[in-house]
Amino acid sequence: MSEAALRVEKLQVNFGPVEAVRTVSFQVAPGACFGIVGESGSGKSTILRAICGLIRDWRGEIRVQGTPPRYDRAFFRQVQMVFQDPYGSLHPRHTVNAVLAEPLKIHGIQDRGRRIEAILEQVGLDHSFRYRYPHQLSGGQRQRVAIARALILESSVLLLDEPTSALDVSVQAEILNLLARLRAEHHLTYLLVTHNLAVVSHLCEGLLVMNAGRVVEEMTIDQLRRHETHDPYTRQLLTASLGYDREAAASLQTFD
Amino acid sequence: MSTMNDPNPDSPILRVDNLNVSFHTSKGVVRAVRRVDFHLGREKLGIVGESGSGKSTVGRAILGLVRPPGQVQADAIRFHDQDLRNLSNRQWRGIRGKRIGMVMQDPKYSLNPVMRIGEQISETLRVRERLSRAERQRRVLASLEAVRIRDPERVYRAYPHELSGGMGQRAMIAMMLVADPELLIADEPTSALDVTVQMQVLAVIDDLVSQRGMGLIFISHDLNLVASFCDRILVMYAGQVVESCRAGELHQARHPYTRGLLESLPDVDNPRPVLPTLNRDPAWLEDVP
Repeated sequence: MSEAALRVEKLQVNFGPVEAVRTVSFQVAPGACFGIVGESGSGKSTILRAICGLIRDWRGEIRVQGTPPRYDRAFFRQVQMVFQDPYGSLHPRHTVNAVLAEPLKIHGIQDRGRRIEAILEQVGLDHSFRYRYPHQLSGGQRQRVAIARALILESSVLLLDEPTSALDVSVQAEILNLLARLRAEHHLTYLLVTHNLAVVSHLCEGLLVMNAGRVVEEMTIDQLRRHETHDPYTRQLLTASLGYDREAAASLQTFD
Repeated sequence: MSTMNDPNPDSPILRVDNLNVSFHTSKGVVRAVRRVDFHLGREKLGIVGESGSGKSTVGRAILGLVRPPGQVQADAIRFHDQDLRNLSNRQWRGIRGKRIGMVMQDPKYSLNPVMRIGEQISETLRVRERLSRAERQRRVLASLEAVRIRDPERVYRAYPHELSGGMGQRAMIAMMLVADPELLIADEPTSALDVTVQMQVLAVIDDLVSQRGMGLIFISHDLNLVASFCDRILVMYAGQVVESCRAGELHQARHPYTRGLLESLPDVDNPRPVLPTLNRDPAWLEDVP
């Protein structure tokens, strides 16, 4: 069996007395897309932040392509993150060109103009976008820039934190298609965090369901599509995401 | 309750004819809402569309909340037998928050952060009628219970930052309910909430419509949610209503925009390798006949 692109073993994150992530383990094969689904406070984003080093105070084991994260330049060439809000994650006074040139400068990569042109084309933006500011872009175009920034170092692992939930549905479809195409073309590995089961089922092959920092269930996408849930929490989440139902609403439980 | 004394329960609560909202900017006139007509009875009417479609502006125009440079023109905006066009501020005070309530998307920005929840809700009552302090408190607690807050006493004394998103949104709804409005305009009331909390908040609103005979305008970008929750749907694109249908019939929608939106949604039960994206036809921008 080939080495997992990403392996997380017994990960624990505490914020003071709060156990945000309690012994979570999973692995993602190279070129696969794995989803983490849960509601707010489930700890799903905290896992991403621990992997990419935005949270350093974690316990357990994280391996990216077999090596523990050192959070140095070599690590960030492998692992990049795309955030939920394309309005908040781009500097309002930097042009697209400046946003994309910065990681290249940090890593001392030459030939920047050509690389920027190439990556913009990859994410479906023509060269007229290169010198625009974020306020001159729509939400979908901004998210394309954020994806371009994550890919310009030719990273192989992308951490996606709700990449489409701030977008209109027609734009969401474009971004999901873009992510699927880029993964196939560049053999990328995705770890996708979302509350939207439909987005997971579209992009991923497997998923974890989390609640209150714990893994409730790990399933394959085929199991999700057949509604083969073993845990009552997952079942409730699936029912709620299928639309409003007065009777289902009355039977909702709280899980701790 | 006022709705019970209504001589004709079938007469529409709200009637909007030929509503137009335009914004005069330095770059020209933006027609945010164009020729929108609808009647609302004791029902749940959904208005769906993408950002910029004008759906929120319709809600704001009904309540007279469009500020200059925005201009509202309509042949009629009639609430029962009252004309809502050109009311004075004094007249609006008798309507907004009392007879017509509004719930916005995010409780974080709609609640006063330095005022306890109980005081904020009882403020609605204080401007409405003269009641003793004890009576006001009793009614506020009852309204918190009505939105299924388990510990109303605690929430009464809490500040907004001490509540979760779902609790804050329920408190917002309680604030609207305490005035017992005849019409509620809810603009994305559950979009910031987790799906299970969303279901519970919708159940509260649903019961109010069925038990108190309230009319509801539910503004949302979520087609499936609106289709499962509302009775009737208006689909807006570029300021116009391009399609209107019974909620149960949304999936047989005919307008290519509505079809495009529905097809672009990923679906757990219907996997497709590539999602169809919307090709916006410039003809959709032209005036709907």
